[in-house]
Amino acid sequence: MLGRSANGIFWLFRYLERAENTARLIEAGFRMALTRDTRDARDEWRSVIVTLGLQGAYEAKFGLDYAGPQVFNFVLRDKDNPGNVLAMIEQARHNARMVRTGITREVWETVNESWMKLKELLARPVTDARLGLVIDTIRRQSTEVRGAMEGTMLRNDIYNFARMGTFIERADNTARILDVKYYVLLPSLSYVGSSLDNVQWENVLRSLAGERAYRWLNAGRMEARGIAEFLILDGRFPRSLAFCYAKLQSNLAHLAREYGAHTPAHDILGAAVARLQDATIEAIFEQGLHQFIGEFIATNGRLGAQIQRDYRFTE
Amino acid sequence: MNNSSPSSYDEMVDADGAVRPAYAGYRQWFEEQPPDLLRRKGSEAEAFFRRTGITFNVYGSEDAEERLIPFDMVPRIITAQQWRKLSRGIEQRVRALNAFLHDLYHRQEIVRSGRLPERLLKGNEAFLAQMAGFTPPGGVYTHIVGIDLVRTGEDEFMVLEDNARTPSGVSYMLENRETMMAMFPELFTRVRVREVSDYPRRLARSLAACAPPAARGHKPVVAVLTPGSYNSAYFEHAFLADQMGAELVEGSDLRVENGRIAMRTTRGWQPIDVIYRRVDDEYLDPLTFNPSSVLGVAGIIDVYRAGGVTIANAPGTGIADDKAIYSFMPEIVEFYTGEKPILKNVPTWRCSEPEALRYVLDNLAELVVKEVHGSGGYGMLIGPTSSRKEIAAFEAKLRARPENYIAQPTLALSTVPILTKAGLAPRHVDLRPFVLVSPNGIDITPGGLTRVALKKGSLVVNSSQGGGTKDSWVLDD
Repeated sequence: MLGRSANGIFWLFRYLERAENTARLIEAGFRMALTRDTRDARDEWRSVIVTLGLQGAYEAKFGLDYAGPQVFNFVLRDKDNPGNVLAMIEQARHNARMVRTGITREVWETVNESWMKLKELLARPVTDARLGLVIDTIRRQSTEVRGAMEGTMLRNDIYNFARMGTFIERADNTARILDVKYYVLLPSLSYVGSSLDNVQWENVLRSLAGERAYRWLNAGRMEARGIAEFLILDGRFPRSLAFCYAKLQSNLAHLAREYGAHTPAHDILGAAVARLQDATIEAIFEQGLHQFIGEFIATNGRLGAQIQRDYRFTE
Repeated sequence: MNNSSPSSYDEMVDADGAVRPAYAGYRQWFEEQPPDLLRRKGSEAEAFFRRTGITFNVYGSEDAEERLIPFDMVPRIITAQQWRKLSRGIEQRVRALNAFLHDLYHRQEIVRSGRLPERLLKGNEAFLAQMAGFTPPGGVYTHIVGIDLVRTGEDEFMVLEDNARTPSGVSYMLENRETMMAMFPELFTRVRVREVSDYPRRLARSLAACAPPAARGHKPVVAVLTPGSYNSAYFEHAFLADQMGAELVEGSDLRVENGRIAMRTTRGWQPIDVIYRRVDDEYLDPLTFNPSSVLGVAGIIDVYRAGGVTIANAPGTGIADDKAIYSFMPEIVEFYTGEKPILKNVPTWRCSEPEALRYVLDNLAELVVKEVHGSGGYGMLIGPTSSRKEIAAFEAKLRARPENYIAQPTLALSTVPILTKAGLAPRHVDLRPFVLVSPNGIDITPGGLTRVALKKGSLVVNSSQGGGTKDSWVLDD
């Protein structure tokens, strides 16, 4: 396949994943804000903006005013935020059009339909009352694209690049959410178990669609270490770092088999997987969660860049 | 202007309102349908097109939005017998076009014999000196041709123009049929219509048969070269590549490697044997033509001339689309085939000739005047529908550069009904059959693309100017 197509499809799935994760983050923030007094609600919205790396752009426009609708409109559709969700979907659709010959009609149509629906939904400012519908649509559309992928795409290199885009992005998003929440929750780590604490942690899980799984696994016990362990090391949870890296490993291995060659990206990935496999949550907390995640995000970025080089995404 | 006048030939009903034989089966089915069914299907079809992304971009429109080409659900129907005669005429014309192009780039016998004035070639940008003395692989110049036909009577089909450069629209031919079959499956069990869906396979086979010498010994690698996703016909480029199982490449994916054109793949540089290019000649090679082009490949013309790659259509075929050349087509067909042309030309005045120019200037309000190098319905005057001011403005341009124009009578184009809110209503149509040429022969897909002017009385069928399309049927015997 063309290097340019590999690039197109890799980023198509990165954008889709990012849009979905962003929607979940907003959903969790909204829920949190509803149960809080105004000041705490604003802190919550601020942490959403910080997680998305939009603090500079946001405060340049609105200063320190973190009112809910202003925040989620900024994230979802504000033209002053070039990375708004609608722009991500637009970019994803643009890429899908570019790699039209590499994806099935079903995948193309679901991506195109996502764009048509969201363009319409986000044509005017989103109110509290409509937010649920918007978030729901984003989630459903991602689910549909995934379903179309799963059911119709040939399991070849094109599929591998799509999946690697998904999991590089997802690992990055999970790590960032955890990192930001860790700071917000820092004071509470010492007195684990208070009720505020529980709600905050539950919210981390919610923004990663993991609250149900975690509760089920842990019989409802909310506890910082347990949650961090779940999100980083539990290979059964599809948004954990361990899960993402296992997927990256199998896709990159498939590419190596198909192309008959290992590349530097395989070495970076191999080392990162080994680090995750050897890690225990105790060791991570001993090293410092923030530092661990910082290193993880950096490695993840390096891996993405190396894949793009190894497979000639660009000249 | 009222051109749905009685003088226009309607393809569905005769002057007495009786349904013509070609439409008998369809009309019977149509009468049986509940009145609002077709309109409901119409919005279904539009949603379908939007979802599948069958759109085109309009040049010069403000926001370069993707637009749908309106699709009308009443098919345009041609009988098997009519089609047999048409295809004979088309085949003859396409054979002549290829022989003509070969001659132009070699001995120019037709010029020597005095049948074609040399001035039509001199200084004509579409005539490429780089092609002189070179024979493309398989001797094929026009791998894909679209012959635009108009009809004025029962047996009166005329060629309006030849598209030997890069005819577009074939994806609409295919998608229109898919849509019709999806919406009205039972209709196709009642009326036997000849298949068009294997066009992409035939295209792939036809292109592969024109592989260059360098491809000997392996299955030819075919790629579609597109200017990119902002091009108005990008959907079609992607569609054809997809249907052929070929790569869709852009200039930035390509470079010259060891005397071949290679594409940057995830495994390294891989040579391409046949490039179906949808990029114009002048952008093809910045070393040879437009030096600022980023759409082509530096050095591709050298590789081509050395037998390293096939370019389809061959560079320099655009000369055959020139409307001044067109006016000589009857002579051209006779010169190379030794036969009388089966398909007539539309009578054409060459404004370069003083006598013709005088006539054209005297009759501007009745004529259609076209730029010699123009296409897509741009830069033309349709006398009968233009205001006095528009005609005066055009006259000034015409007087300043008469050699830049030809003129034709305003034809009473045939009509086929479209579905309107008020029921069936006649609209003017043309027809673009698609023709594939390879050393194995000439292959014409039954039917083609019918373009229809949606505005009552309008003669402009171009999609860039508000025209629509119809599914085109050739009945099975």
